[in-house]
Amino acid sequence: MEAVHPSSAAPETRVFSPIFKYPSAAAPLLITQGAEALLYRSTYLLPSIPCALKYRPSKPYRHPILDVRLTKHRILSEARVLVKCRREGVPVPAVYALDEAAGWLMIEWIEGEVVKIRLNEWLKSRKEGNVADGVDAGELLDLMTRVGSAVGRMHAIGVVHGDLTTSNLMLCPRSTEGVDGDAEAPKMLDGDIVLIDFGLASQSQADEDRAVDLYVLERAFGSTHPRAESLFGGVLKAYEKSFKGAGVVLKKLEEVRMRGRKRSMLG
Amino acid sequence: MIAIGLEGSANKLGVGVISHPPHGKPAQVLSNIRHTFVTPPGEGFLPKDTAKHHRTWVIKLVKQAMKQAGVTIKDIDCICYTKGPGMGAPLQSVAVAARMLSLLWQKDLVGVNHCVGHIEMGREITGAQNPVVLYVSGGNTQVIAYAEQRYRIFGEALDIAVGNCLDRFARTLEISNDPAPGYNIEQLAKKGKVLLDLPYAVKGMDCSFSGILASIDLLAAELKANPGQRDPVTGELITTADLCFSLQETVYAMLVEITERAMAHVGSNQVLIVGGVGCNERLQDMMGIMAKDRGGSVYATDERFAIDNGIMIAHAGLEAYKAGFRTPLEESTCTQRFRTDEVFVKWRD
Repeated sequence: MEAVHPSSAAPETRVFSPIFKYPSAAAPLLITQGAEALLYRSTYLLPSIPCALKYRPSKPYRHPILDVRLTKHRILSEARVLVKCRREGVPVPAVYALDEAAGWLMIEWIEGEVVKIRLNEWLKSRKEGNVADGVDAGELLDLMTRVGSAVGRMHAIGVVHGDLTTSNLMLCPRSTEGVDGDAEAPKMLDGDIVLIDFGLASQSQADEDRAVDLYVLERAFGSTHPRAESLFGGVLKAYEKSFKGAGVVLKKLEEVRMRGRKRSMLG
Repeated sequence: MIAIGLEGSANKLGVGVISHPPHGKPAQVLSNIRHTFVTPPGEGFLPKDTAKHHRTWVIKLVKQAMKQAGVTIKDIDCICYTKGPGMGAPLQSVAVAARMLSLLWQKDLVGVNHCVGHIEMGREITGAQNPVVLYVSGGNTQVIAYAEQRYRIFGEALDIAVGNCLDRFARTLEISNDPAPGYNIEQLAKKGKVLLDLPYAVKGMDCSFSGILASIDLLAAELKANPGQRDPVTGELITTADLCFSLQETVYAMLVEITERAMAHVGSNQVLIVGGVGCNERLQDMMGIMAKDRGGSVYATDERFAIDNGIMIAHAGLEAYKAGFRTPLEESTCTQRFRTDEVFVKWRD
């Protein structure tokens, strides 16, 4: 996702409900424009509690009936899924407030950066070729392991994400305990994985849905970070260990991949 | 440099002659002709009959294309043909014709990926620099972006292609396949008003159409068995036009959504629509509204270049030829499965 320039942005013309207006909250600041939603930074209850405000404006290209149906459904299902994940200990932002008819959802603000950015920076800092050869792969493999087990934990509780990409995985810096002042600089790929953007998530235990989730991630990975594609196996390895039914899902994944291969049959 | 292109991966046989003037000036279309195998309403095109159609017409079309272009054999630099993906038998018929021309005229062969042909022609015609490409046709549904010498597939249909969904629904309704089933659905949809509830199946940047087809087929069967149904909200009479309208509104909303998601993902605000379904004006409108909302623009071509044609094969083939690519006679096969991302795009930075 590409950040817009909050400083140079024209004065916000959207009408927000009073809860978002100063002094009850910091004026919403546009952070990014995703495909479906606009993400703002604001505060919740106290000026010291930052929050993310996800606003789904109506999509003028869609038929109005379809648009209302999709917006409502997505806000509600996102909130339900987030609450469920939170309750079961899957790392996701907490839900603070929502209004599905007005199209907004207010959630916890997660510090850090998305994996896509950190990974690309990391890849840039490495010399060509090293990644595939495994010379420098330890740190990256460690990241893959954390991604794999986070996705596994989510699947284990019966949630599928629906849009797993490296833009929807955050690397949240571990709280620096400050044991010693001159500790080595934190590594670029360090941090806890937090899953974000559950806009297309649903509750499902089906192996098919889980496998498609992995397939989407695998493909997004391959197309966004071609140089690190060979290490994607690390994600699947960690995933396999993360819950009981994971082996079956990986079998199913092979089927989904095959189906993908056959898809280019006709022209 | 001048190339002739032969395309026949589905029910259209196309032959085109293109010229690439020196110093990077825009390509010139010297001729671009097509002959379509049209089946009766309610029927699709079978590989065997389609191949026969192509065999019957290919010589005539090549002669006509050469004549129209005003070129002779010695002006031609290479012969380009569709290597795949597509239906086996029709592909083979055209590959045989291309091989024959190559031997007869003593010219190099260039095997071209059909999808890359669509993309390159779309870029050339519209001038879009580095767009996110939505490739939608009877056999393919892909959201593509270029990165590091390949056209990478970000999203695609997980089961049947969007065009296949439309074509098959046209068969259910037994409406005409002339000039194309999708075109006739589009005309009917213009008269529709009532939006019926259909599944909406988007998974990230991928989508699925088979469930929608099953639902709309069911609705059509219900309507046939029990005409005179009314919309519960407005009380309007539900017609087949409403079915077409609902189908279009739903599947195109899905396509625009996955395209927008890919644009957000790669940080681009240009969209290029290619493939036969790309001719649909409602899809182009919806895409235009979305792109405008993102401060970008949409590029689309008309039926000459969007629907399968020979000129795009000639164009993409000539790009590859100039970059040094050749297909030796003994390797001039064709393949039903040939993914867009398998092609090494040497001619772009």
